[in-house]
Amino acid sequence: MLQDKDRIFTNLYGFQSFGLKAAKARGDWDGTKALLEKGKDWIISEMKDSGLRGRGGAGFPTGLKWSFMPKENPDGGPSYLVVNADEGEPGTCKDREIMRHDPHKLIEGCLIAGFAMNASAAYIYIRGEFHEEADALEVAIEEAYADGLIGKNACKSGYDLDVYVHRGAGAYICGEETALIESLEGKKGQPRLKPPFPANVGVWGRPTTVNNVESIAVAPTILRRGASWFSGLGRPNNTGTKLFCISGHVNNPCNVEEEMGIPLKELIEKHCGGVRGGWDNLMAVIPGGSSVPVLPKDICDTVLMDFDSLRDVQSGLGTAAVIVMDKSTDIVRAITRLSAFYKHESCGQCTPCREGTGWMWRMMERLCAGNAELEEIDMLLDVSKKIEGHTICALGDAAAWPIQGLMRHFRGEVEQRIADYKSRVAAE
Amino acid sequence: MTGAALKSTETFEFTPENNEWAQGQIKKYPEGKQASAVMPLLHRAQEQNNGWLSTAAIEYVADYLDMPKMRVMEVATFYTMYNHKPVGKHVIEICTTTPCWLRGSDDIVAAATDELGVKMGQTTDDGEFTLLEVECAGACVNAPVCAIHKEYYEDLTPDSMRQIIKDLKAGKELKAGPQNGRHRSEPLGGPTTLADFVKAEG
Repeated sequence: MLQDKDRIFTNLYGFQSFGLKAAKARGDWDGTKALLEKGKDWIISEMKDSGLRGRGGAGFPTGLKWSFMPKENPDGGPSYLVVNADEGEPGTCKDREIMRHDPHKLIEGCLIAGFAMNASAAYIYIRGEFHEEADALEVAIEEAYADGLIGKNACKSGYDLDVYVHRGAGAYICGEETALIESLEGKKGQPRLKPPFPANVGVWGRPTTVNNVESIAVAPTILRRGASWFSGLGRPNNTGTKLFCISGHVNNPCNVEEEMGIPLKELIEKHCGGVRGGWDNLMAVIPGGSSVPVLPKDICDTVLMDFDSLRDVQSGLGTAAVIVMDKSTDIVRAITRLSAFYKHESCGQCTPCREGTGWMWRMMERLCAGNAELEEIDMLLDVSKKIEGHTICALGDAAAWPIQGLMRHFRGEVEQRIADYKSRVAAE
Repeated sequence: MTGAALKSTETFEFTPENNEWAQGQIKKYPEGKQASAVMPLLHRAQEQNNGWLSTAAIEYVADYLDMPKMRVMEVATFYTMYNHKPVGKHVIEICTTTPCWLRGSDDIVAAATDELGVKMGQTTDDGEFTLLEVECAGACVNAPVCAIHKEYYEDLTPDSMRQIIKDLKAGKELKAGPQNGRHRSEPLGGPTTLADFVKAEG
């Protein structure tokens, strides 16, 4: 188990003040100027060496992403850092805790990341429902300006960075980076085709990097303690610590920071008081937020919680949002509710997703009741494959995967339901 | 809809305070990119307009930002937090997505609809309450949750949902956050980590 001395988010639960004085006492803003003086190349190379992979779900190496930004803009124009705080992947509630309880970690991260990427401003795009979180951030930003930590000559480094909060208005799709950029420009949040990638053409046509809150907020601690400290935690290619959100049928749902690669069973038993009714009462777990395929108990018995381990069992770490379902769960209904979610959140731009998410949801509703033919299961899977990979962004994939996971592991359950329905109808 | 609070005027204009606030919002974005302020301005217009956006308010924001009216209408209809018809004084948004559903959001919906005598998506006759179903609120380890007046109410039970509604009716002050005695998102009964950081006040 991870030791407290290696935890980054020491005010995760908000037992202390989020304010600057308390944040400094917890180690934030300590020697920031010295970190900046080591230079952009050093920062980016440390981030690469730390092995940090993006905490927003895709797991792209953060240092590498930063290195894609132009070192200088030949036209002398600005570049931007955009922080994705549009947290809304069902199961996920970690960035919320960073913003309302440890906002200075995020702001200091903005300064360091912004400096490394030559950004002239950072915009934190926060989901509109998060009022308390946005208010805490605004207060912390004010404190940081007043203390000379950001703004002109930030931390007396000679570098200027403005940090702004931008509130969303209720659209899951804006968590997709190009939709977020569109939204930040004051438009509907409909994803853009890539290329061009945001590092070349981002917000207002300028080079832009979009990072998740957690990815940015861990950067100052990584640089202070060294890349080797972070990369020494977890497993190769899956390094460091991670905020896990464990919801559903556990005795004590919670957020907790743990080491990457912790066994799923240990995570649940150590921090959540175990599965409701005991481990043997477990039916299934969605290990990384609603988009990733569900896993049955026998895989959960041994699987490790990191990118590669979960990919190897045809699922994913995603946002590390662990949704636990015990044996009382109507698993077909649980997945159908996710299908309804994706139908609701499709932006409507690409036909396979706009039409497909609705079709899949209606089909899932019939399967919930069992009112279907057996061969329609394969038809549904076939349609899901025709959506997956055929849309501008990954929302189509995200809608397809939960259904594919359900059929991979619980097809028998669905078939039984169809059989039961048929015999009920026959008896009437 | 009879409550005076629900009436919207046919014209719309920011109050002087909101006007000043809006000018500050525009300054957050580069020169000529004032369209980026459309979402915050729509939020503020909705607040000023008793919780919903009339056509007059949408058009006012469009003119304010020098944007085509249709572009602002697109934004106002794309995002779910903008209401396009009058809402009650208290809007209760109940999350029913899978993590909340697993923790009993069906029972929360049943308690709220029963206590208020309206279905989800409806407003009470006296214009006091609107019930809305929302997709994932992003507080899943504190499920089930609802949002009222910019605050989250978490770890709900049917009883605590009913009590919240009763308190709202009685004009009592509510206590936001978890309703089951826990502090925030730590495990109920106390954190399993960060022992040194639990008590010390910073």
